[in-house]
Amino acid sequence: MGLVMGTFSMQSNKQDRTYRKDKIDDDFEMSIVCHRPEGLDKLEAQSNFSKRELQVLYRGFKNECPSGVVNEDTFKQIYAQFFPHGDASSYAHYLFDAFDSAHSGSIKFEDFVMALSILLRGSVREKLTWTFNLYDINRDGYINKEEMTDIVRAIYDMMGKYTYPALKTDTPKQHVDAFFQKMDKNRDGVVTLDEFILSCQEDENIMRSLQLFENVI
Amino acid sequence: MAAGVATWMPFARAAAVGWLPLAQQTMPKPPVDKTSRSDEILFVNVSGLRFQTWKNTLDRYPDTLLGSSEKEFFYNEETQEYFFDRDPEMFRHILNFFRTGKLHYPRHECIQAFEEELAFYGIIPEIIGDCCMEEYRDRKKENQERLAEDTEAENAGDAPLPPDATLRDKLWRAFENPHTSTMALVFYYVTGFFIAVSVIANVVETVPCRPLKGSIKDLPCGEKFSVAFSCLDTACVLIFSCEYLMRLYAAPSRCDFARSVMSVIDVVAILPFYIGLIMPENEEVSGAFVTLRVFRVFRIFKFSRHSQGLRILGCTLQACASELGFLLFSLTMAVIIFATVMFYAEKGTKGTTFSSIPASFWYTIVTMTTLGYGDMVPDSIAGKIFGSICSLSGVLVIALPVPVIVSNFARIYHQNQRADKMRAQQKVRQARIRMAKKGATNAFLQHKEDGGLQGGDSDSTAFCVKNRSAFEHQHHHLLQCLEKTTNHEFTDEVTYSEVCMMDSMGFRTSRSTSLSSQQGATTTCCSRRAKRRAIRLANSTVSVSRGSVQELDTLHVTKTPVGTQYPQSRSSLNARTEDLKLNCTDYTAAIISIPTPPANSPDESLPNSPAIPGILRNSRSSIYNTQETVKISSL
Repeated sequence: MGLVMGTFSMQSNKQDRTYRKDKIDDDFEMSIVCHRPEGLDKLEAQSNFSKRELQVLYRGFKNECPSGVVNEDTFKQIYAQFFPHGDASSYAHYLFDAFDSAHSGSIKFEDFVMALSILLRGSVREKLTWTFNLYDINRDGYINKEEMTDIVRAIYDMMGKYTYPALKTDTPKQHVDAFFQKMDKNRDGVVTLDEFILSCQEDENIMRSLQLFENVI
Repeated sequence: MAAGVATWMPFARAAAVGWLPLAQQTMPKPPVDKTSRSDEILFVNVSGLRFQTWKNTLDRYPDTLLGSSEKEFFYNEETQEYFFDRDPEMFRHILNFFRTGKLHYPRHECIQAFEEELAFYGIIPEIIGDCCMEEYRDRKKENQERLAEDTEAENAGDAPLPPDATLRDKLWRAFENPHTSTMALVFYYVTGFFIAVSVIANVVETVPCRPLKGSIKDLPCGEKFSVAFSCLDTACVLIFSCEYLMRLYAAPSRCDFARSVMSVIDVVAILPFYIGLIMPENEEVSGAFVTLRVFRVFRIFKFSRHSQGLRILGCTLQACASELGFLLFSLTMAVIIFATVMFYAEKGTKGTTFSSIPASFWYTIVTMTTLGYGDMVPDSIAGKIFGSICSLSGVLVIALPVPVIVSNFARIYHQNQRADKMRAQQKVRQARIRMAKKGATNAFLQHKEDGGLQGGDSDSTAFCVKNRSAFEHQHHHLLQCLEKTTNHEFTDEVTYSEVCMMDSMGFRTSRSTSLSSQQGATTTCCSRRAKRRAIRLANSTVSVSRGSVQELDTLHVTKTPVGTQYPQSRSSLNARTEDLKLNCTDYTAAIISIPTPPANSPDESLPNSPAIPGILRNSRSSIYNTQETVKISSL
């Protein structure tokens, strides 16, 4: 009967509304939890940035993430904006793990600043160590072929479909083989940190390009 | 690019350090930001109201006026501020958009003024935040409708017909807009009068009049004055038929007119008369004929031409037909349930009126609508109990939905309209956002074509390359690094499908392999582009004379030495500016000879593939571009 139908629909509406209200309440609560970074002086001492640069960085960071932390989804979204051609989500995932040194699931401003400090103002050894940690997905101190293939595939994913010359399925694998050829000195199938640093220091190109991103800020 | 991404550019560039050990080629030089200062506060004076904001805030949206170099046009040197002669109240909202990334629509503002401001500052209205989007859309739609109504009222009806209007046009116009001419008005009122007369005649026909002399029984007036009534009926039908035929003649599209509701009503109104003429005077058939006369009452619907309200009611009912249908369905369910119950409850009673379930339908409906005629009444106790339940539920079932339906009409009608609107606009929104995104991806490819890969070293870089913002420089440099790391290049869909097509057709001639061997070390953009163009050109010249193919060879043979000696000429070829000279004459000779193959009409003797005309088009346009520059410099 119309009455019965009417009452049923009204009930479900009310339930939907209460459910939605709960979700909104949850979101509201989560967004209230915000994180404030340590003092400017402390950060300046810990990192290689000046106060002015830290201010600029923090203003940008706070504008994007008013709650003070970046979670993985936001991180992926932001990184994907720079690479609209392809799919940047897998590489962004590895980057996120590299930035999130404490493995807390979210990046705070301090993590952000420390990573940028190493990448932009650090010594060659520090930069290479950071890169090694990026490639070493499971943090066991060795890069094996599977990890490298994952990373390389993630990088190629960012290129998207329309490339010149066209990407073949074994292009990542070839790239990884070339990499291991160069880096794996004792041919034991894995690359350790020392092998990595040694091989990179021998390569002129890499050394030169490490200085490229100094003046980024 | 979306909100605030510019602020994360340093992070994206820093993360590129992770690609460096993998790179198989050397990384390009980063763009040198000569004009970079540390972040400063800008002053913006909008009609006297001074705003201050960080430069970075404005740089977030480089495709707006404030974010691009366009604002330099408004820079006032004396006062060291940007001056805009626009509405300061609106500017507050625009600036908030830069600050927060969300554009809000101020409800008290006129929508036209708001849109004009957005257009001035280069912001598309589609990015209005969800919170204000509905309001914006409603106001905009309202505004547009009002404007459309105004213009329609101006144009329609009162404007005089063009002097060469045919009789048909004049007639149609007279029918549709009766107030345009006196004849039309007269006709309008006459038809209205006759509709009323016909309807009243139908009604009065059945009223009993005083009987004829010598008889006792009362006679309906229709039979007493049968001649008068039939004359009246005939006259009305004649007039209606004339009107219908004239409308049919005058209608600009006869099929559409014949299918419209009003014409169907017209036909149904006059049909019984003609059927009556055709049918023979037969007893049994005339019984059916009498039923047909019922349809004469449809003449009353002809009034809807004369009444706007009736038409609106008809439209509303049409729109809410599904709700009415559902109400009918639920009522039917209730009726069936209670009728069944009452029938079985009253089955035992002797001489009951509830003879069958369909007979009980009548009782249920009469009880539920609280009419209670009393022609069918339950006797048994169970019957009375269920009868009372039936009438109580009837009160609730009937009385409640009626106001709900009335308000539902308005609510559901508007809701449906809004939902459809939003769905259609959502698609448009997504399409525009996708287009803008594609624009961003194409920007990099366009940048490569423009020869932006030289880096910031030579002063003679093209103007179009210089005008890009620092953010774009950095972004393009980042994408270049990725290309170098993976040893593959970004291309667009067209080129990719061309290459795939070529691979499948096996057009990789020895020419192209010789190209790659010649230009081993100098993998600069120009030669790469030439390689691509050569492949395209190779396709187009396949069907053409060998002479031009020879010249193609000479072009490439002379190219490499030229390329290494004169780096400026490479970039100057890319530039569309007039003051850069070409330094190689061989170039001009070879290039001038190239246009002939495409001139041999692309429609003849081309292989049957859809990609080839596209390739030809591309090569033609690029050739004509270079041809243009050649012409200018040879003057």
